[in-house]
Amino acid sequence: MSIDKKDVLKVANLARLALTDSEIELYTSQLQRILGYVEKLSELDTTGVEPTTYTVPLKTAFREDRVKESLSREDALWNAPDEDRGCFKVPQIIE
Amino acid sequence: MKFEPVIGLEVHAQLLTDSKLFCGCSTKFGSEPNTQVDPICLGMPGVLPVLNRKAVEYAIKMALAVECEVNRKSVFARKNYFYPDLPKGYQISQYTEPIAERGCLEIEVDGVKKTIGITRIHMEEDAGKLLHGEGPEDAGFSFVDLNRTGVPLIEIVSEPDIRSADEAQAYLKALRDILIYLGICNGNMEEGSFRCDANVSVRPVGAEKFGTRAELKNMNSFKFVKEAIDYEIQRQIDLIESGGKVVQETRLFDSAKGITASMRSKEEAHDYRYLPDPDLLPLMVSDELVSEVRSTLPELPRAKRERFVTEYAIPAYDAGVLTASRDLAGYYEQVVSETGEPKLSSNWIMGELLRLLNEEGRDVKDCPIPPSGVADIIKMVKGGQISGKMAKEVFEEMYRTKKAAADIVKAKGLTQISDEGELAKIVEEIVNANPDNVAKFKAGKTNVIGFFVGEIMKATKGKANPGVINKLLKEKLEA
Amino acid sequence: MDLTTLTIKELSEKLRKKETSSVEATKAYLKRIEAVEGKVHAFVTVTPDEALSMAEAADKRLAAGQGAPLTGIPIALKDIFCTRGVRTTCSSKMLEGFVPPYDATIARKLKEAGAVILGKNNMDEFAMGSSTENSAFHKTLNPWALDRVPGGSSGGSAAAVAALECAASMGTDTGGSIRQPASCCGVVGLKPTYGRVSRFGMIAFASSLDQAGPLTRSVEDAAIILQAIAGHDPSDSTSIDTPVPDYLASLNKSVKGLKIGIPREYFIEGMDPEVEGSIRKALDVLKSLGAELVEVTLPHTQYAVAVYYLVATAEASSNLARYDGVKYGLRTKEAGGLLDMYKRTRDAGFGDEVKRRIMLGTYSLSAGYYDAYYKKASQVRTLIKNDFDEAFKSCDVIATPTAPSAAFKIGERVEDPLTMYLSDIFTISCNLAGIPGISVPAGFTKENLPIGLQLLGKSMDEETVLRAAHAYELSGGWLGRRPTL
Repeated sequence: MSIDKKDVLKVANLARLALTDSEIELYTSQLQRILGYVEKLSELDTTGVEPTTYTVPLKTAFREDRVKESLSREDALWNAPDEDRGCFKVPQIIE
Repeated sequence: MKFEPVIGLEVHAQLLTDSKLFCGCSTKFGSEPNTQVDPICLGMPGVLPVLNRKAVEYAIKMALAVECEVNRKSVFARKNYFYPDLPKGYQISQYTEPIAERGCLEIEVDGVKKTIGITRIHMEEDAGKLLHGEGPEDAGFSFVDLNRTGVPLIEIVSEPDIRSADEAQAYLKALRDILIYLGICNGNMEEGSFRCDANVSVRPVGAEKFGTRAELKNMNSFKFVKEAIDYEIQRQIDLIESGGKVVQETRLFDSAKGITASMRSKEEAHDYRYLPDPDLLPLMVSDELVSEVRSTLPELPRAKRERFVTEYAIPAYDAGVLTASRDLAGYYEQVVSETGEPKLSSNWIMGELLRLLNEEGRDVKDCPIPPSGVADIIKMVKGGQISGKMAKEVFEEMYRTKKAAADIVKAKGLTQISDEGELAKIVEEIVNANPDNVAKFKAGKTNVIGFFVGEIMKATKGKANPGVINKLLKEKLEA
Repeated sequence: MDLTTLTIKELSEKLRKKETSSVEATKAYLKRIEAVEGKVHAFVTVTPDEALSMAEAADKRLAAGQGAPLTGIPIALKDIFCTRGVRTTCSSKMLEGFVPPYDATIARKLKEAGAVILGKNNMDEFAMGSSTENSAFHKTLNPWALDRVPGGSSGGSAAAVAALECAASMGTDTGGSIRQPASCCGVVGLKPTYGRVSRFGMIAFASSLDQAGPLTRSVEDAAIILQAIAGHDPSDSTSIDTPVPDYLASLNKSVKGLKIGIPREYFIEGMDPEVEGSIRKALDVLKSLGAELVEVTLPHTQYAVAVYYLVATAEASSNLARYDGVKYGLRTKEAGGLLDMYKRTRDAGFGDEVKRRIMLGTYSLSAGYYDAYYKKASQVRTLIKNDFDEAFKSCDVIATPTAPSAAFKIGERVEDPLTMYLSDIFTISCNLAGIPGISVPAGFTKENLPIGLQLLGKSMDEETVLRAAHAYELSGGWLGRRPTL
């Protein structure tokens, strides 16, 4: 599987990254090389092998349904780049 | 060509836990923006989710109520997309391995019963809210309130078994009744705690293949669900008949115009890049947990309705009204247990009590008259202490003042005269004072008895027990 | 006497005997930072005022006889651990001004133990890198050779510990980010079993691989810190709920009869002869102490880097989606609406390597590729984990070089991501399998650059790893070697 500039653009859009033309060029060739390298995994027959996502012994951690104190609104918004009337302020979606 | 619609519903129900699905923030509705948030639901760097046990129990409860198989292992995944109401940039939701699958729900439309399959129930977290300012300086901006972010939801997905808007409505109502009965969702469609999307397609009658479907959103009442589906079915049929083709898309219902309209297509197709959430271990549900939850399951609406009809011999209609909520049904059963009068109890509750409650928009939970109060009234009428008419007056008074029936009757001097000796004297006087009417009676005009009753009531200020008077009058006149 | 040259163990004893105070030690470290930081650049933020007030509090505790082993000890944290009220940047422009309203669980535990926090160490942005050249702020230099990298991503932590700027530092290790810089800087670096130490408040790179651990000047110090930070955390669902053993109790037990596995796949033709020579000598030392060397095989080793770069980047692409300019962190001046704000913010806020990994991870998860990449990699991960299970049937610990070469020159590998990725070839499998690993100094190259010996253990068996490393450290002859600055 090879990745081309069109794929890189599509992926950049999915990842919400505004890449410059030279970045697109660079990433296309670098990702091609990395994907070429990972291609070696296809040498292995993994039919029937369970994927590993969790290396810890399987046991669900639960918490009880108890309300804990929330942040003060001031603390919640402290780091916000823009806020107004107690809300995070963002530019509107333009379709 | 005749067409038939094929409909599947996706219902999102907010679970009535005190705290959010993955953090301890309150789930209370209607608070000031961003006052129920912490680093976890704000998606701050390095924070981790921990699953609310009660939300899992509630999801299992619903699964059992609609006869789903509860999966002993289910997996939380991340659904990745960017939106300002989604602080982490992904929603934690169950994807390929949901908590429950393969259930069903029986509905009834115009007396015809039908079973709708339930594909799956999965757990997920809710997103926040985007608000829009009204001032001119607010143009071009949105405002993000993250109080709702992380509130637990279950999504209940039906099979495409539904064939009309009426069936869809019946299914939704039945589902909502169950959720409310179980006490796991308040069912409020306006506040968005019970939301529904519909997948609608049409196909020629007899065809096996499904047509292309449209997904309908933004229907926040049962009425709108019906209107939107009806509109959409007709739109698709008209389109096909005029040579057009249905396209797969999301359409929003516009309740003002009563139509569905295509959402403008996004600049890209969704690609949610699901992956198992490495921060949460798979959800393992033990047999013990399932039986523990099963033991807390209340009697469900349908079963209760059927039991009321057989056990209390009341009409199906009465049973339907009385089982509309668990609280009302419980109220009724308490009244019956004190009076031993199922039909009278039903009449009083469905008539007087619900009328008074509805006038004020009150719930039976907040009813000022306890079940024993209703039982007192019924017993007094039955025992002849007060008349039916008096009873209604007393009942209203009880409702407004919360006083006991006996106290009101005493204070108002409303006690009915049922004493035969006392009434016999009055009957005697009235009969003797009206010989011409006595003659009419004897001549066969038996309806003059009404005149005598009226006179006796006047004389007793309405307190005479009508049953006793009737009996005494007949004895006297026929003698 | 220069307090900064002491190990935690030594300083702790002096504090308890009232031969010195935490304030004195803290001042000594602050002075040292002032003196050498201009050369090493190991910190992003130094917090002298906070440190001194913590030191005063520690001295009170010590005076009351309530000191724990870490009470009054000046340490630092990689700038990946959230610290309440102190900015936490992850060495990214994205978080340059971010002040967390919460402490990471290990920051809280260390504070509760009475440790004095001097500041936050530089790192590769979002822990992505093997050289600390990917910091958005400045490069950290290797105290042993200022034209070389300190390794990464916990390069600031390793350099600070080696340069005597702190008694120890906390790092994180996703594919070797504690052990490889420890090796490059001639210090001890321990990555515990996945789940042994809470990840809460530690900024996520790849959630199924990330684990926090100490960088110290001795194995004993690593054990002291592990004792303070290990244990179940109800705020981390992946934290393991089993009792924490007494790591110091077993530290001095003999390694006689201990079976040390030598994986043949890690000693390959073409590897740096100086590295191989040092490791072979280290193994001889362990043998002379009574350990038994056995050959083992980890047949899927050659696939580890590929698996790692697919799994880690996929998780990272999702973990880093939260940096969107809405709630905190950088936002560029918006131009054309929300989408534009997102894209410009993320383009400006992330460095080159971070963007490259987000791109790779996004691609491998996207429709049509999931099975071929993410799923396939997760399956091969199972095979790699199985390799270790099998190997540990015939040995107690596994010994390998920590890195294929000593610290490389600054700028040498930045142009070539893949070669850079291969710097982690010996450390990555350990994270994929979730097992504990340690790097301990095991010699020097002719150019006087440190070389590290890596010891890997069974899941949850930090005790044996620490015991073997400690035994080697005491007999290896490298303990106390320090760079001249």
